Amino acid sequence: MNALEIRNLKKTFKSNFLIRQYPVLKGIDITVEKGEIYGFLGPNGAGKTTTMKCIIGLIYPDTGEISIFGQPSDDTARRRNIGFLPEQPYFYDYLTAEELLMFSGMLFSLPTKQTRQKTGELLELVGLEQKKNLKLKKYSKGMLQRVGLAQALINEPEFLILDEPFSGLDPIGRKELRDIILSLRDNGKTIFFSSHILQDMEMMVDRVGIILDGTIRKEGKLSELISHSVRYYEIVFTGIDENILANHPAKYVFQDNHYIARLDTVDETNKIIEFIVQNKGKIISITPIKRTLEDIFFEEIHQ
Amino acid sequence: MKLRAIALNTFKEAVRNKIFYLLVVLGVITALSSVIVSMLAIGDTEKVLKDIGLAAIDFFSVLIAIFTGINLVYKEIEKKTIFNILSKPISRSSFIIGKFLGLAFTLLIALASMASIFMAFLYLSTGNMDPAILAYFFLLYLELLIITSISLFFSSFSTPILSSIYTISLYLIGQVLWTFNEFKHHLKAPLEKITAYFFYYILPNLEKFNIKNEIVLNNRLDGQLIANGIIYAVLYISALLVLTIIIFDRREFQ
Repeated sequence: MNALEIRNLKKTFKSNFLIRQYPVLKGIDITVEKGEIYGFLGPNGAGKTTTMKCIIGLIYPDTGEISIFGQPSDDTARRRNIGFLPEQPYFYDYLTAEELLMFSGMLFSLPTKQTRQKTGELLELVGLEQKKNLKLKKYSKGMLQRVGLAQALINEPEFLILDEPFSGLDPIGRKELRDIILSLRDNGKTIFFSSHILQDMEMMVDRVGIILDGTIRKEGKLSELISHSVRYYEIVFTGIDENILANHPAKYVFQDNHYIARLDTVDETNKIIEFIVQNKGKIISITPIKRTLEDIFFEEIHQ
Repeated sequence: MKLRAIALNTFKEAVRNKIFYLLVVLGVITALSSVIVSMLAIGDTEKVLKDIGLAAIDFFSVLIAIFTGINLVYKEIEKKTIFNILSKPISRSSFIIGKFLGLAFTLLIALASMASIFMAFLYLSTGNMDPAILAYFFLLYLELLIITSISLFFSSFSTPILSSIYTISLYLIGQVLWTFNEFKHHLKAPLEKITAYFFYYILPNLEKFNIKNEIVLNNRLDGQLIANGIIYAVLYISALLVLTIIIFDRREFQ
């Protein structure tokens, strides 16, 4: 059973006087498998947050089906198993982190003793145990993001929905959050998170969906998307006279006493390897330069 | 437990706001200042104390009801804290009922604080304690709950400024709606008559909760009046809460 299935999700926002209509989601399909980290990638305004709000029930889709662990997402009771971190989390600023987590536990009808224990564990996990009695209005953006994650975990959810969780975090905070998310996945949780920060996504997701202008443009395992996408091969070699090398059609540069050649295909690569060996040259390295998630993302944008 | 969580949090938010205390303190000061006027008055001091004191508590508790009712729901939406609540297994109806209960508790504390200080002051000033004054505060509390449910209703779909205007307007209309009762009998045209009846029954008749004259003049209280007030408040508040839930249920949070 998949953790999340979205089929043909459409949503159009209307202006105040219903004159103008803005289609935000144009029939998207997403499948998030149980136990994976799914990265939902897209530029600002692509429809990421709207999709997440449809899943959570803050926005009603025009058409389409959303199911979580096989059950319709509009069932309030289903949210018992979901943890949600909103984009730029806003919490009651008159509460302390501890009070917020206790309040969140009450909303799940968790026993007070269990919530208190879990609150302590989570504040330690996100590194806020020293600041637990500080009112949230005194928290920095990064600290709010951390407490937001802690409250999303209070019910020990099987499925986590995180909207731009890296927003506002410094490099250390991002590394710590990555480690937390990876450890949650290792403990069997499913994580669906959106971001426009490609590096973070590339470091941790199992599968990725790219949304642009309300449509899913690409979806699949990150390893497959990247491994099928070698941009070129780079060969570093030495020990060949420049005059001899000039007879070969490959383009190269000379740098730090080495030649570096870029070949577009496997055939071209094989040919230059033969050429180097025949001319008693020395191959230092052969590296297939794969496309990064960033390359794939920008290709989709420019299509 | 969920309702309690939302109600308690609403109460916490209200009482951690300085304006709440300011209004309560102003209410108490104004009520106690009735002693100055009573010194100037010739005749029944107790009557003047009650008249001005009760009016002051009435005015400030209504202000608290409008201010907290409108502010707290709107803030949830505007500050997006509602995202956090509705993403949990909380139905929208539970959210509205929880908010109402929290506001009701807040008003109870505010009114009880003002009333107890005023009653102690009245006892110290006159040496008398009229138990009927408790009935006055009870009916005032019911009136405040109606005002809260009106403000909750408007703030579920409107901005705070507009909600305030609507709620204050309905409060003022509610004070004089009893005059409409006579007026509607004199109308002859069926359409006018139907319209008059419609508005008479749909608008809040807050005069049902006003027994100040009986209290000030030490008249005997009619038990039926209080019973009618309770029934009216329960029906009116229930109807408004149902309407609020229906509107809130359709609302989207972008």
